[in-house]
Amino acid sequence: MTLSTMLTTMGAGMLRTCTIFFLTLLGALPLGFVIYFARKSKIKVLSSFTKIFISIMRGTPLMLQLLVWYFGPYYLFRWSIRGYRFTAIILGFVLNYAAYFAEIYRGGIESIPAGQYEAAEVLGYTKTQTFFKIILPQVIKRILPSVTNEVITLVKDTSLAFTLAYQEVFSLAKQISASQTSFMPFLIAGIFYYIANYAVAFAMERFEKALDYYK
Amino acid sequence: MILEMNDIKKSFGNLNVLRGISLNVDKGEVVSIIGPSGGGKSTFLRCATFLENIDSGEIKYMGKTAASTDEYGNCHYVSAQELREFKSCYGLVFQQFNLFPHYSVLKNVMDAPVAVQKRDKSEAAETAMEMLRKMGLESKADSYPYQLSGGQQQRVAIARALALRPEILFFDEPTSALDPELTGEVLRVIKQLAEENMTMVIVTHEMPFAKAVSNHVIFMDGGVIVEQGAPEKVLGDPNEERTKSFLRNYSQ
Repeated sequence: MTLSTMLTTMGAGMLRTCTIFFLTLLGALPLGFVIYFARKSKIKVLSSFTKIFISIMRGTPLMLQLLVWYFGPYYLFRWSIRGYRFTAIILGFVLNYAAYFAEIYRGGIESIPAGQYEAAEVLGYTKTQTFFKIILPQVIKRILPSVTNEVITLVKDTSLAFTLAYQEVFSLAKQISASQTSFMPFLIAGIFYYIANYAVAFAMERFEKALDYYK
Repeated sequence: MILEMNDIKKSFGNLNVLRGISLNVDKGEVVSIIGPSGGGKSTFLRCATFLENIDSGEIKYMGKTAASTDEYGNCHYVSAQELREFKSCYGLVFQQFNLFPHYSVLKNVMDAPVAVQKRDKSEAAETAMEMLRKMGLESKADSYPYQLSGGQQQRVAIARALALRPEILFFDEPTSALDPELTGEVLRVIKQLAEENMTMVIVTHEMPFAKAVSNHVIFMDGGVIVEQGAPEKVLGDPNEERTKSFLRNYSQ
């Protein structure tokens, strides 16, 4: 196998890796807020349930969770799982990362001093205005470093999709390396992950800088 | 009458913080509330500004009832919607300023008039600049709170409260978080507001300031008003032993 064929084959895997990455962020970043609000809900059943959910998501391996989401429907209900692989992967990643994001949001929101809420209340802002205009912008600035960490972890975690035999870049590297008895695929995969994370770190740093205008 | 508070009671658990406090404030009046820490002064202001719910009593702004107590002793507030309308009657200046750090000085002052009172943006900006000029801070309009000294931040907070054109302004120990050399500039602008007949209720530990600025002084301790009256009387020649010993300890 020539290097260019190797690169083309693995390029398709890189694309799949990026798809998992972006879809996970797209789902998990907003879902994290939903989970945070459910956790903070006055409805006891909802908040307890959410707490247990977060605990399980954080307390068990993502690899195991992916297997459960994919094979669970078949083993538990004998449902056909044909064509369901990709959905299971995204489901597993989104739910897992949303749980982590919910906890990051919680830390950020609870670190805003009570005086900010009180000032907004006395000035007559509604609860919604207070959250979106006063609290959320400050929360975003505070949680940015933790979110960066999480996003970098996600880039590397996408390789866990190999558990469900999804042909992303890590699976392909393993396969090609074994069939061609070559070290090259590992090197290509490594460089790919590194560049991806370099881009993430760069973008997040720019974002942090953009919010540097206040303290 | 701008503000009427009758027989306000408030407790946190077993702790009775306010044990039947009444206060009426007329237009143009400046009332200072003094007394030892933990005596209920701040809680009283927080009740007046609806940051805390009272257990019983009555609160009226401009003759309109915001909270009242029925014959069974149950306290009722008007709906949240109606309560929001009361919020344009008053402003509160906090001990810790509580400016919004992500907004420029100008935006801090003009955002609530636009977002809450739905006033025209350019008119609100004009009013905001006028308030900042009054506070001697027009050159700081584009700065952010972290770039200002404590005294400047507190003056922005006063401008922010004034921009909503309140009928009455509350101050909760406005100089307690400031370095001693910065208290003067804040007290000066409050004095200036008093000269312009702004109605104010000020919780303070600055006795000479209270004497100079107010028409009426209240000494509060243990959740009750121990003594009240003209500033010269309460601060100069009080009747009550509690007041005397407080002022004695204070001047030492």
